[in-house]
Amino acid sequence: MARYVARRLAWTVVVLWAIATLTFAATFLSPVDPAKSFAGLRATHHQIQVVRHQFGLDRPVYVQYERYLGRVIRGDLGTSYEYSTSVGQMVMTALPKTAVLGFSGLLVELVIGLPLGLLAGLHRGRLADRVVLVGSLLGVVIPSFVLGFVLLYLLAFKLGWFPLGGSDSFSALVLPAITLGIAGGAWYARMLRSTVLNIVGEDYVRLARAKGLPERVVIGRHVLRNAVSPIITMIALDLGVFLGGVLVIERVFAWPGIGLQAWEALEFNDIPVVMGTVLIAATFIVLLNLMADVVNAIIDPRVRYSR
Amino acid sequence: MTRETGPALSVTDLETAFATDRGSAHAVRGISFSVQPGETLGLVGESGSGKSVTALSILRLLPPNGRIVGGAIAIAGLDLLSLSQKAMRRIRGQRIGMVFQDSMTSLNPVLTVGRQITEALEAHRRMTHGDARRRAAELLEEVGVPEPARRLSQYPHQLSGGLRQRVAVAVALAPGPEVLLADEPTTALDVTIQAQLLELLKREQESREMAVVLITHDLGVVAGMADRVAVMYAGRIVEHAATRRLFTVPRHPYTLGLLDAVPRLDGPLRQRLAAIPGAPPPISEVPSGCPFHPRCPFAFERCEADEPELKETAERHAAACWAEVREPV
Repeated sequence: MARYVARRLAWTVVVLWAIATLTFAATFLSPVDPAKSFAGLRATHHQIQVVRHQFGLDRPVYVQYERYLGRVIRGDLGTSYEYSTSVGQMVMTALPKTAVLGFSGLLVELVIGLPLGLLAGLHRGRLADRVVLVGSLLGVVIPSFVLGFVLLYLLAFKLGWFPLGGSDSFSALVLPAITLGIAGGAWYARMLRSTVLNIVGEDYVRLARAKGLPERVVIGRHVLRNAVSPIITMIALDLGVFLGGVLVIERVFAWPGIGLQAWEALEFNDIPVVMGTVLIAATFIVLLNLMADVVNAIIDPRVRYSR
Repeated sequence: MTRETGPALSVTDLETAFATDRGSAHAVRGISFSVQPGETLGLVGESGSGKSVTALSILRLLPPNGRIVGGAIAIAGLDLLSLSQKAMRRIRGQRIGMVFQDSMTSLNPVLTVGRQITEALEAHRRMTHGDARRRAAELLEEVGVPEPARRLSQYPHQLSGGLRQRVAVAVALAPGPEVLLADEPTTALDVTIQAQLLELLKREQESREMAVVLITHDLGVVAGMADRVAVMYAGRIVEHAATRRLFTVPRHPYTLGLLDAVPRLDGPLRQRLAAIPGAPPPISEVPSGCPFHPRCPFAFERCEADEPELKETAERHAAACWAEVREPV
């Protein structure tokens, strides 16, 4: 087990390094000259040169790369061109907001998706199954910005039950969390349904019944335990994506998380903020993936012994 | 129908059908047999002949689209088909044990070996977990798994195929059933391991006085194990006799074909094994008349029109065939 975790951890470091490098390389693809951006529209040629030298942008690429990596390792994500404040600080202010929204969205996903998926999987072809299949299809195909605007219009604007945006109260959280959770919940329901369908046909489930175990033990111990792995993986992926900022939903609901921040930074060509957000988001995805792998190895012994 | 003093398991005119897209298909079409305590019945046939469906019918564990549409199943005289689900659950495991073909798929990959045995014990008996674990270790020892205490906390994939199948036997034996259904218990194993497992089954059967239904496609397995053999084809029993008799004087052309397909030690070297031409019919397209007639070397007009009944002749030897079996010309 320890060896498995160590090996996965080593790979995680490699992946993080690759992400940092890609992010670094991406800035060279941008047509925006960072020195010009930072110095401002009215800066003279000389001023721009001073800024360029100050940031080390006149040094060879490998020196810049080395410095960049050094900074990132120390947790320094650079300075925003637009606000002249540290990107790390900006991200840290916005991240808790995104985390609240992300976890709430995940909760909604699980509350909707897991019971429905299990219900459908255990009653294949019956009415409940069909309702879940059609309902989840709707949940998956409706774009979240459409759903968000519809909810906002009906429940916030027309009925006034919820605020129109912001993040000041619990009631402001409800609509964005539901919007975020519905599409995901629909995916969970469909995924769990097909997983359960596969497992229910397995010989070990038949044997569990042939042992005379009560149905709740057959489902709980034999079916669900085998269905957990893909769910854990999906939760980790979702959480990684959510913590990287849910751009569309934060924008629709004016939720001041890192997604909204990155959106605005893109509009202003504020490269360091975009880079910082991408790096943070990618790091979350990678770390949560690592967590999912470790948890799966704990649940499913085949994972931990096979490699 | 056989009437004997208290068979452990009796199946009478069992009919099992599956709902398919093209209507209902009969996988088992009226079969009867009974097994005495301490006796082994070999249920032989190609895949799709209805052997496994018979076993699942006895346990009432058919897939959702399957249904028992007729007949009776009884354990020591107790009618299983009239029992409630709850009462049936007490029968499963406790009175009827089951061993599946492939322990790679029939043991749960995420539960330890010990857990899978103890849960079979605890489902039927009030016992502390400690007692159940001790009993599980004894059972592993009994079925010939070395280092039972250590094996208890291992997972199925850490065991060899042979050991896994021994564990599967221990699972089935744990609650002390009076009837054991073994569905191709050795098919997934190497030949040497096969022989060891069969020996184990035989020993356990003798010491426990169990009635065993041994389901297999392999007449070789049946030869050493079964007291009587029932040969199934297209959902019917086509021949039923004491093992020795069936091997020496087979009466149904299908049995004859199966026997010709078994390699013999005393046969000439490099002799090609005879195969029965064609394939068994899918359950949705059982031919008219005798279902075997399209593949039968002896078939004549009547075989296409009427389905022969299983007729018992001398020495409790029954066959369902219109022809007197002769050597093929």
